[in-house]
Amino acid sequence: MYKIVRKKFLTPLIALMDVDAPRMARSAKPGQFLIVRVHDKGERIPLTVCDFDSEKGTVTIVTQVVGASSRRICNMDEGDSFVDFAGPLGQPSEFIHMSREELSAKRFIFIAGGLGTAPVYPQVKFLHSMGAKVDVIIGAKSKDMVIFEQEMRSICDNLYICTDDGSYGKKGLVTEMLKELLDRGERYDQAVAIGPMIMMKFVTLTAKPYNLPLIVSLNTLMVDGTGMCGACRVSVGSKTKFACVDGPEFDAYLVDFEEAMRRQGMYKNIEQQADHKCKIGIERQQ
Amino acid sequence: MRNKIPRVPVREQDPKERVKNFSEVCFGYNEEEAMLEASRCLGCKNPACVKDCPVNIQIPQFIYQVELGNFEEAARILFTDSSLPAVCGRVCPQESQCEGKCILGVKGEPVAIGKLERFVADWSREKGIKFTDRKPLNGKSVAVIGSGPAGIACATDLAKMGYDVTIFEALHEPGGVLQYGIPEFRLPKEDVVKAEIDNVRSLGVKIETNVVVGRTVTIDSLMDDEGFSAIFIGSGAGLPKFMGIPGENLNAVVSANEFLTRSNLMRAYDPEYETPIYVGKRVAVVGGGNVAMDAARTAQRLGAQVTVVYRRTEKELPARVEEVHHAKEEGIVFRMLTNPVEVLGDEKGWVRGLTCIKMELGEPDASGRRSPVPIPDSNFDIETDVVIMSLGTSPNPLIATTTPGLQTNRWDCLVADESGATTRPGVFAGGDVVTGAATVILAMGAGRKAAEAIDIYLQSK
Ligand SMILES: Cc1cc2nc3c(=O)[nH]c(=O)nc-3n(C[C@H](O)[C@H](O)[C@H](O)COP(=O)(O)OP(=O)(O)OC[C@H]3O[C@@H](n4cnc5c(N)ncnc54)[C@H](O)[C@@H]3O)c2cc1C
Ligand SMILES: Cc1cc2nc3c(=O)[nH]c(=O)nc-3n(C[C@H](O)[C@H](O)[C@H](O)COP(=O)(O)OP(=O)(O)OC[C@H]3O[C@@H](n4cnc5c(N)ncnc54)[C@H](O)[C@@H]3O)c2cc1C
Ligand code: SF4
Ligand code: SF4
Ligand code: FES
Repeated sequence: MYKIVRKKFLTPLIALMDVDAPRMARSAKPGQFLIVRVHDKGERIPLTVCDFDSEKGTVTIVTQVVGASSRRICNMDEGDSFVDFAGPLGQPSEFIHMSREELSAKRFIFIAGGLGTAPVYPQVKFLHSMGAKVDVIIGAKSKDMVIFEQEMRSICDNLYICTDDGSYGKKGLVTEMLKELLDRGERYDQAVAIGPMIMMKFVTLTAKPYNLPLIVSLNTLMVDGTGMCGACRVSVGSKTKFACVDGPEFDAYLVDFEEAMRRQGMYKNIEQQADHKCKIGIERQQ
Repeated sequence: MRNKIPRVPVREQDPKERVKNFSEVCFGYNEEEAMLEASRCLGCKNPACVKDCPVNIQIPQFIYQVELGNFEEAARILFTDSSLPAVCGRVCPQESQCEGKCILGVKGEPVAIGKLERFVADWSREKGIKFTDRKPLNGKSVAVIGSGPAGIACATDLAKMGYDVTIFEALHEPGGVLQYGIPEFRLPKEDVVKAEIDNVRSLGVKIETNVVVGRTVTIDSLMDDEGFSAIFIGSGAGLPKFMGIPGENLNAVVSANEFLTRSNLMRAYDPEYETPIYVGKRVAVVGGGNVAMDAARTAQRLGAQVTVVYRRTEKELPARVEEVHHAKEEGIVFRMLTNPVEVLGDEKGWVRGLTCIKMELGEPDASGRRSPVPIPDSNFDIETDVVIMSLGTSPNPLIATTTPGLQTNRWDCLVADESGATTRPGVFAGGDVVTGAATVILAMGAGRKAAEAIDIYLQSK
């Protein structure tokens, strides 16, 4: 059992938790994810490793309510335990293999959409500690959906916030913010976009004309997370890759986003049958 | 011959009933049936059957005890050589192993060794009998990676010899393929798999789930930081293959592993569980092994009409005879000499059909198998909502790529000698990770051999 030692709501629908998992805390790296199960009849849910403390032996996760399982996670309290908490899984971000000298000469920009701010955080933290220059764009629906603002501010050079409704920061989408920065002559060696699939697709289209190298982190469907099922397959550079072992991060320009978005919706109708009672003979609604 | 009675038939669930449930197909023998069947065995002095059992179960000895009604003694004999007799009695391909060599099979029907083994194992479980004899701890600890049949067999023998054994398993339930691959209706999880794994625990073996070796820990950290003196790798061959044909990433094309994992490990067939599974009305299963049969029969039970598409003929089907027979009884359609060339999708990106080409068998190749060749211009379409790819699996490269000095061959299998020793001192391996996808009992045999080799290695250190 893996105990929740700290919990707080970042917004009414997003919860942050520190979970006791000493082995994982020792081996986790930025860019990786883990799999949790809430109870012994539950699904295996992939979540990003949002932070880790090898001394305390804890791993931080940030969960947003989108369906039944994520709601269950967010309803858990300090002192409760997950029955399963496996990982870290997937490849770490590529830059962790670079030296301090290399990194301190580089400038990064992160584009975080909504909950995507949480997985961006450990990457920015790592790069900052290695002396790299990092700018961050956070996009959210409205002011009360902006998360990790204070934490991020202390580790990045420039933080740009935009909201769909203009209730905080600049009104507009992250793609507009990115375009504005690039148009006014800001130059970056590497960009990383993490957020909803549709946002990553449009960031890719925006960045392309500027030849800005771009990495995205794909949140595909997953079952085992270890390479055993192929539920997470994505086309990257017209080759089939397993997001859980080859990714989750990929070169944005090689990803087939249309396919990835379509595959992500595969169980939508089944999941929407609120409590998913009978699964036998379920028909596909189109 | 000792008696001339025919092989005692085993009672099974009616095919019409069983396609509607996930309960076990085969009921097994009761005491009288088992004793009667046991009386057929000649008790050969030089038993051929034993030679073809990969763990060399003392077959005539245990069968004799069954004949006498000494079931507990029969169980003691079984458990000396096998930690999973209730599993093997159910899933071993007996026709090509023990029973295939039984002397009675020359003229008539072989002794039902598997069914007797299953009976004894079930009987002793129901009576709550456990065999927990082991030597006292000798102060050395061994890590076993993977809790499939290879890992379980290796851990059992090492524990009996006095080693402190910990099994590390990536998934949340131990058992390997027994847990995530083979369906409930062939191998009940709670009553059989869990119970046999609990027996292993009662020998003092610890099982830690959710530990992905190569990620959570590494072989090096287990040896250097956690103090394990030797390692056994039994991580199986779990990586699914795909065909590489157009349309393979359409929605509702899944690997047999995904389909079976959702249904078995994640219990999607049980409304109490939260796992979604998509079956549609018609399902096409591509492949002809045990895995394909399991996927087909699972889909049929979930309410679909199922067609198995296989590129050779029925004679070459690699699945066990009993499984093919059961699948047919359950109404599954077989299309032989047929190979998919493209998965067809609708405008929303969901599967609507499968374009196939007709095949014929060509000349025998070097291995003596006649390989299928496509017949030109023979394409035709099969309508289907779901395609399940069951084309075989290969070992996961995760451990090999994170362990310096561990060699693999060109099929990603770990290189190991007869005893299981890998190219890295102190690290042994066996089962599917060395041979590629094979059988439960071969994996167990390899696990036992490696346990012996680990013992010799550690004694000499
Ligand atoms: C590598 C990876 C990292 C992730 N990191 C995080 C994280 O840090 N925090 C977090 O809250 N979520 C994260 N996710 C997404 C999270 O796993 C899903 O939100 C969760 O599985 C949904 O389960 P549910 O039962 O609550 O919703 P469901 O009832 O299963 O689904 C509700 C809706 O969400 C969609 N959905 C289902 N699975 C996913 C998915 N994997 N990604 C996106 N949409 C999905 C469905 O199509 C459906 O429309 C990550 C996913 C991956 C693959
Ligand atoms: C659907 C299906 C039906 C089958 N039917 C039959 C049958 O009827 N009869 C028969 O004899 N054989 C059958 N087989 C084959 C048989 O199940 C396998 O040959 C056997 O299970 C191999 O045993 P193993 O211990 O080598 O590996 P597995 O059973 O595959 O176990 C390996 C275990 O290692 C774990 N693991 C992998 N990587 C790691 C890691 N990095 N860290 C920690 N743990 C890890 C896996 O999660 C798994 O639990 C079938 C196989 C399948 C898939
Ligand atoms: S373990 Fe398998 S091969 Fe050996 S005797 Fe039993 S059924 Fe036959
Ligand atoms: S070969 Fe057949 S008859 Fe002889 S001992 Fe084995 S099971 Fe009995
Ligand atoms: S989640 Fe199963 S292979 Fe990636």
